[in-house]
Formats: sequence, C-alpha cells, structure tokens
Amino acid sequence: MLLLIEQCLNGLQLGLLLFLLAAGLTLVFGIMDLVNLAHGSLYMVGAYFAATFTALTGSFVAGAVLALAATLLVGMAVEVVAMRRLYGRDHLDHVLGTFGLILFFNELVRLVWGPAGLTVPLPAWLNTAVPILPGIYYPTYRIAIIAVALAVALFLYLVVMRTRVGMLIRAGASNREMVGALGINIKLLYTLVFGIGAALAGLAGLMQAPILTVSIGMGENILILAFVVIIIGGIGSIRGAFIASVFVGLVDTVGRAFLPELFKLVMSPAAASAAAPSVSSMLIYLLMAIVLVLRPEGLFPAPGR
Amino acid sequence: MKRTLIAVGAALALGAAGAGPAMGQSKSVKIGFVSTFSGPTAVIGNDMRNSFELALDHLGRKMGGLNVEVIYEDDQQKPEVGRQKSEKLVQSDKVDFVVGYIWSNVLLASLKPVLDSQTFLISSNAGPSQIAGELCSPYFFSTSWQNDQTPQAMGEYMNQKGVKTLYLIGPNYAAGKDMLAGVASTYKGKVIGEDLTKWPDQLDFSAELSKVRNAKPDAVFVFYPGASGVQFLTQYSQAGLKGQIPLYTAFTIDAITLQLQKDLALGVPGAQHWVNDLPNATNKKYVADFRAKHKNYPTFYGAQSYDAANFINSAVVAVKGDLANKDGMRAEMRKANYASVRGPYKYGNNHFPIQNFYLQDVVKDAEGNLTLKTVATIVKDSQDKHHGKCAMKW
Repeated sequence: MLLLIEQCLNGLQLGLLLFLLAAGLTLVFGIMDLVNLAHGSLYMVGAYFAATFTALTGSFVAGAVLALAATLLVGMAVEVVAMRRLYGRDHLDHVLGTFGLILFFNELVRLVWGPAGLTVPLPAWLNTAVPILPGIYYPTYRIAIIAVALAVALFLYLVVMRTRVGMLIRAGASNREMVGALGINIKLLYTLVFGIGAALAGLAGLMQAPILTVSIGMGENILILAFVVIIIGGIGSIRGAFIASVFVGLVDTVGRAFLPELFKLVMSPAAASAAAPSVSSMLIYLLMAIVLVLRPEGLFPAPGR
Repeated sequence: MKRTLIAVGAALALGAAGAGPAMGQSKSVKIGFVSTFSGPTAVIGNDMRNSFELALDHLGRKMGGLNVEVIYEDDQQKPEVGRQKSEKLVQSDKVDFVVGYIWSNVLLASLKPVLDSQTFLISSNAGPSQIAGELCSPYFFSTSWQNDQTPQAMGEYMNQKGVKTLYLIGPNYAAGKDMLAGVASTYKGKVIGEDLTKWPDQLDFSAELSKVRNAKPDAVFVFYPGASGVQFLTQYSQAGLKGQIPLYTAFTIDAITLQLQKDLALGVPGAQHWVNDLPNATNKKYVADFRAKHKNYPTFYGAQSYDAANFINSAVVAVKGDLANKDGMRAEMRKANYASVRGPYKYGNNHFPIQNFYLQDVVKDAEGNLTLKTVATIVKDSQDKHHGKCAMKW
C-alpha cells in the first residue's frame, strides 16, 4: 500500500513534468496551427542554460531563474526568425522546417557545450529524501518539482481563464481568423504564445536537468510522450493537457511498477519477466489508440471546431 | 480530427537522421568501423575511434606492408541503421574487416550480412550470448568479452562479500538480459527482485528505485552503460539509497561517465577485464599516449578497440598481406598472438576470450582527477557459459 502511494507520487511527478512540455506544445499547435517538432530542443536548451547559469552563479535557484528568462528569449527569437516563415504553409512544411531546427539546435549545442553532456549539482537542501508519511521517504527534489509544476499549472489556468491575454489565447484557439479580423495584433500574440511555450519547455528541461543530466537530443524522446499527451487531451486545450499528462504519467509509472507482479499471477515467472517490460512500455500508446477510437478529437477538444 | 492525425504523424516521425562519408580504393587493408557517433552516446564511439586511430598510429598506419584505410559509420544506436551501414560496408565498400559495435542489439541485427559475405567481424565491445552459443561463426571474433562474463565475476565477488539478498536492475535489450542472467548464474544468495527498463529512452528510474526501497535488499546490482549510468547513480543518491544499500555494477562506471558521476561513484565497485593501471608494457604505452593526446583516461571501450587494431594486424602480418587467405588469418587470430593491453589471453572454441576479471574501484590520481584502479583479481581464466552450445570445434 505504501509502495502504491509512492509510485503514484512518481507518476504524478512525471505527469506534471509532461504537462509543462505539453502545455506549450498544445498552445502553439492549437492557436498558431503550427506543428513544432523543435519543442524538445527548447527543453534541451533550457537544461543547458540551467547547467551554465548554475555553474556561473553557484546557486541552482538563481541559475534556474536566469535559464527560464533566457529560454523565453530564445523561444521568441526562434519565432521571429524562423517560425514566421512557416505560418499559413502546409503542415508538412512545418514538420520539415522544425525537424531542421532540431538538427540545428543539436549541432549548435555540440559546438557551444561540447558532446559530453553536463551535470547540474543540487544544493544540499534539495538533495535529500524526506519522510512524507510514516515509513515513506521521498526525494525532496521530486517534491519540489511537483510543487513548482502545480503552481505553474494554477498560474496558467488563471492567466488563460481570467485575463484579457488569456481570453485572446482562447479565442485564437477557437477561431484565429476572427481574432485577427477584430483588430487584435496577431503577430504579437503569436510571438508571446510561442515564447510562453518555449519557457514552459525550458522549465521542464531545467527541472529535469539534475535528475537526468544534460545531454544532446534529450528532448526528443520526451517530446513523443508530449505529443501523446496532447492527442489524448485534445489539441489546443490546456485543461485537456493537464488531465491527460497526469493520466499518462500515472499509467506509465504504475504500469512499470506493478505489471510484472500482475503478470506473474497468470503466467510463469520467466514469461512474466519477459512480457511485462514490453507491455508496460506500450501501455500509454495503447491508451492513445483507445482514445483515438472512442474520442477522435481527444478528451477535451478546444471548442469551436 | 485532421490535426489530431497530424500530431500522431509527428509523434511517429520523431526518430530519423544522418549519414556518413565513404572513400576510394587501391591495394590496402580496408576496415569498416561501426559505432555510435551521434546522439548522447557518441562520446563512447569517439573514444573507440580515438583508440583505434592511436593503435594505427602506433603501427605506422600499415599492416603487413599494406596501407590501412578505415571507413567509420554511425549506427545511431539503432539496430536497423547498424544493419544498413554494415551491409553498405561489405557490399559497396567491400571491406576486409568490420570492427566495432557497442550495442548487442545492433550487433545481432548486423551480424548476418557481414558473416554471409565471409567478411571477418571483430566485435570490440558487444558480446551477446547468442553469438557465443548457437550463432557462433568462423568469421566472428571478440576482442572484448561475452556479456555474461563480467557480471558473473561480480556475482562471485558478492558471494565473497556475503550479500544475502539482491535486487537486479538493467535495460531491456539483448545485453541487459545477458548481464542480469550472468549475475544470477554465479550469485549464490537470493534474488528478491528484478526490473528491466525500457531502452534506450527510459532515463527516469523513480518507479524502480521505489521498489528497491520497499524490497530492502542487502545489495543492488545494475548494468547501465554510457550516460544512463550517470543518471542511475544520480537518482540512486537523490533517492537517499546511496549509503543505505550498497550498489554493485558492471559497465556502469568508466573513464567517460566518471567525469559526470564524480564523487557519486566513490565506493561503488565494478568488474572489468581491463583497467587502465594494468601493469604491462603495451597498456602503459597505450594509456600514456592516449592521455597525452586526449587529456583523459581511455575507457574499456577504447582499450578493446586498440586491441582490435593490433589483433587484425597480427592476422594480416601472418599471411604477409594476402587478404584472400582467410583460413590463414583465422588460424592466426585463434592464437591471440598479439600484445593485448589486458595481457595475454586465449580464445575459446566460440572465438570469445578466456580471460581474467578484476575488481575496480574509483580513486583520485596524483592530479586529483577521479580514475579507476585495479583492486583485486576476482576470477582467473574465466570462460563464458555459452560456449558448449557452439558447434564450432578447432
């Protein structure tokens, strides 16, 4: 039972991290109608910035704040320099263009930071495990990730649902042409949305940096999960992204943790230990397939389409 | 709906890229070298290439009077790409030897096209159990080890340390399964848990570490090569397990990962057939020249590749440069008649080395850099347990 609670926390932490990535992805896709494969590169850039600024300032928190600002700027620069050329073109062009950006960023990072990868040391107060319930120790840093991601989710919710900018973002997700026709500066809105998306990806990257170490191409695998999340959640919907990412995180982690034992109930231990890892790594894709069959628009499609 | 489909397509499309160059001909020894030169594990491929090049420099870039030409190909750590590149090397480049292969799954996928063309394949790292057993071939040689051997030595060491209960964790691919089976075959205590994780993209081990904490074993054994070893050690420490449950490893701490693992690796033992401080003349020259050129200690991946070059040289010299004389080269290679950086060793009937395994520990060298040191010999003249399944006799 204690183990189940601990595994649910692990799943929640993974899910919230996916949410940070998926939120930016779903905003950019939903509002700007842009397929951005390079979203994972911004995640990587955030992590590299965090490593550099942490080393320069000697403080992880200061490094993280600087890295967040730097990733926001990089995101806005990418929008102005590269993404603007892609609007209104075919989705295949988006895929080709942003795939090119992945290669560009990977090579740029190799030139600037070298091929070997970096580590981000945690300050001592984060690098421990604390008892959260009697008998359950949990890494402090992972609790910090959960807290930060929840705070960001709440903040996003308030911005999107309660402010004028948020209203424009929601309007853009429902009907872009009409927003433009009503005299809203769509260019500025796009740059802002892309920058926010980049900052969220950067935040995910820099928070993962102390756990996973920083390496070239680190954003590509996790981006696949982020796509799965926005497909399940419904494209353009922040609420859908939140629920879907927590769901995906829980299914993935709890599946990995308990599937071998479940399989052993119905088959021989040898067969179970061979089959369980394969099935658990397929689980979230099965989930996605089921959602696509039952709700092709995703669980929470943005209204108006 | 259309967008959803595009997103599905985009998720599927994430995973492709790259190609490598090729060169001309003339009377020379042509060697194709397949390893990983892009992505997060490219540092391993680079280390292998640096060592192979260093060996060629030491040989004057000639073997048996012939010039040596090497074509490096990037397998991107993907079996299908490795197979493509290997096919290209034997079919269009018509190389005389194919060398390299870090990953067992890549090697297994690439094996058939190379061996079917009767080209010698020298694995300078991967040693999957299948090739040691039923898939053994007169055209395959290893200058490294069979996957099970190193963890078998670790199992022996844990018996000596009196470890009663053990938890195994490794990646879910050919080598990961071999490694965990290897430990279990010599370890005499009770294995109370085993996890295979998704490879190579699962880098977060929170679920597995929670299970370890819950199972309370005497010790944990892991196999995580390359960057994943850094991630595992970091998370083991963050989970508060370092210091509580001793960790035993195979191929998880090497000269490259140590630069990132730093103090987290102190006190974590590993087993290896070669360590940079082995006291033989070839090894001293290799390590000294490598450090002078690359400012860093070589890894075991590099040492095995350095050996591979000298191993091929011994065969080419024995047939006086007559590369068509494959039987002559094979007969020489079976003698392992060259100065290996691990010291002398023999070949078993399946062309895998019969060799010593050492216990290695992490220490600081004279300049304060972390490095690996030989502590003891765990087993002498160890032969893999699959050789009986190999039909080849000589």
